[in-house]
Amino acid sequence: MPLVSLTGLSVAFDGAPALRGIDLSVAKGEAVGLVGESGCGKSVTWLAALGLLPNKARISGSVVLDGQELIGAPPAILEKVRGGRIAMIFQDPASSLNPVHRIGKQITEALALHRNMVGQAARSEAKRLLDLVGIPDASRRLDAYPHELSGGQNQRVMIAIALAGQPELLVADEPTTALDVTIQAQILELLKDLRRHMGMTLVLISHDLGVVADSCERVAVMYAGRIVEEAPISRLFSAAAHPYTQGLLGALPPMDGPRRRLAAIPGGVPEPWAMPPGCAFAPRCAHRVAACDAGVPGLIPLAASHRVACLQVAQVAMPRESVPA
Amino acid sequence: MLRFIASRLARAALTIAMVVTFAFIVLRLSGDPAQIIMGADAPPEAVDAFRTAWGLDEPIWVQYFSYFWAILQGDLGRSMRDGRDAIVLVTERIPATLALTLPALAIKICLGIPAGIYAALHRNSLADRVVMIIAVAGFTVPSFVLGLLLVLVFAVQLGWLPSGGQESWRHGILPVITLGLGGAAVLARFTRSAMLEVLGQPFIRTASAKGVPWRAVVTGHALPNAAIPTVTIIGFMVGTLIAGAVVVESVFSWPGVGRLLVVAVANRDLAVVQCILLLVAITMVCANLIVDLLYGLLDPRLRAAPGKAA
Ligand SMILES: Nc1ncnc2c1ncn2[C@@H]1O[C@H](COP(=O)(O)OP(=O)(O)O)[C@@H](O)[C@H]1O
Ligand code: SF4
Ligand SMILES: [Mg+2]
Repeated sequence: MPLVSLTGLSVAFDGAPALRGIDLSVAKGEAVGLVGESGCGKSVTWLAALGLLPNKARISGSVVLDGQELIGAPPAILEKVRGGRIAMIFQDPASSLNPVHRIGKQITEALALHRNMVGQAARSEAKRLLDLVGIPDASRRLDAYPHELSGGQNQRVMIAIALAGQPELLVADEPTTALDVTIQAQILELLKDLRRHMGMTLVLISHDLGVVADSCERVAVMYAGRIVEEAPISRLFSAAAHPYTQGLLGALPPMDGPRRRLAAIPGGVPEPWAMPPGCAFAPRCAHRVAACDAGVPGLIPLAASHRVACLQVAQVAMPRESVPA
Repeated sequence: MLRFIASRLARAALTIAMVVTFAFIVLRLSGDPAQIIMGADAPPEAVDAFRTAWGLDEPIWVQYFSYFWAILQGDLGRSMRDGRDAIVLVTERIPATLALTLPALAIKICLGIPAGIYAALHRNSLADRVVMIIAVAGFTVPSFVLGLLLVLVFAVQLGWLPSGGQESWRHGILPVITLGLGGAAVLARFTRSAMLEVLGQPFIRTASAKGVPWRAVVTGHALPNAAIPTVTIIGFMVGTLIAGAVVVESVFSWPGVGRLLVVAVANRDLAVVQCILLLVAITMVCANLIVDLLYGLLDPRLRAAPGKAA
């Protein structure tokens, strides 16, 4: 049984759809990557799951954690889940920490909420967590304010806060996007280490397929509020079946070269209020046929744990020669 | 820290010196006090005698420096009207003014801040719209209009409260409300926008994502941050405790510092006007100083890190 399953999760802001039916399961202990261009709905997916979107967001569908439905769940339930069972860290560590509270206080707040730890016990646990995430001179840093730390250190603090509640799942939303390259690698390494040692489940959100490839076993590719392809990492690199995924792979630099952002597919993402009637990728797709505009393609299984949402999958996925004449 | 306070004090002294100079220039340029006090048809010899008595026949810069020198020695001069010490005339009016402005400040804070917080937390709700409409009205309606309106309704029409004077505490109600409502509106607007700004920050989402209940997110995370800009406005209001009631005191014939100022200006009673302006400048400068120190308390980013202090 999966730890978390999202079924038909949809979100609209002021009538404009941001998510259009997300189906995704995360099993205990695995690391899943969620990739796609900026604005495709990666963050909204997990903010919606945790009930962190503003009230104006219209949410439908289902998010089940260990048998507990989270969509529409009462605040008391959600407050236990947030940080206690599913923790989330964000893109911009500097502004994600409260500027007027000391680091230590921001960690012990989570310890009090989820582990009933207060006073000296909480403080020494906070110090242990800072040690764990690799902050030097942890006991002194407890009394520092976020502006006294670097971006990479602040992200480590965010991770320490996330670990404080001993969550089963950590959702890391572009945790390295705001950091410079060497720090990026260190943070990803830290996440991998922590997962190995604590058996924590990880969802790693990134616009960079390269980042996800290094840290995850499985990846889901999103486009315009939907998942268009889902496969184990190795399979995705060897047999990507969706034209969008193929475009992403084509945009990746060679294995030993420097990383670039994915942007090499011509055209742009459709605006939420002007979604094409059928496949959202159709305006940019080289394989488009008339049927592509007739309805939104659903995810269909292609192989073990490989699903893709494309009508032309037979033509796209197979090498030309193997198509029967 | 010492250096910070020293530089602040130096700036404060400079500000006060500038106010004193400015007041001196404007008052001397705007009419001959001797002529005004003695009356238009006083005999020229009498006017000349008055000038000599008050040193008004000296060159203007001599007057300025002797005035400045006197201030440095704590001598603020005497009223040209009745010869009493200006400082005594002014200070005996202060309690009456504070009797209006202090309760009004309490109204501003107790009404304006909760209203602003509530409006921000229920953005775009009916309550938010009502608060904002009242706030904009309170912002744009001048205090003498509001004062007269209250007089019309509660004194003239309903006859519940007196329209002016200072005989009992009931006389203070309308002027206090006039002052308080306007300021509460200003404060509500500022508090609301400060709160909205803070509630949109990523660290608020972090707190919620940690499992902090919404109430505690508001009180523990949003309010301490929203307090930083709000304190500026409150500090400004504290700075107007002495001089902020000029209009309202006139509307309600309340014998405070404001009314004294109006009368003294009309009479070109130089020492009294300058004494009041000096007092106002000192209050404002002190309020600013307090705001600066509070900033340091509220916002660790403005505190010099130990060891890093310049
Ligand atoms: N609070 C919000 N109000 C209105 N629209 C939003 C809000 N949050 C996200 N959106 C919209 O939802 C879409 C998906 O956003 P997001 O999930 O943040 O993308 P990303 O994949 O880059 O994380 C975007 O079109 C964005 O404009
Ligand atoms: S469904 Fe059609 S338009 Fe969409 S990706 Fe497949 S081939 Fe292209
Ligand atoms: Mg995002």
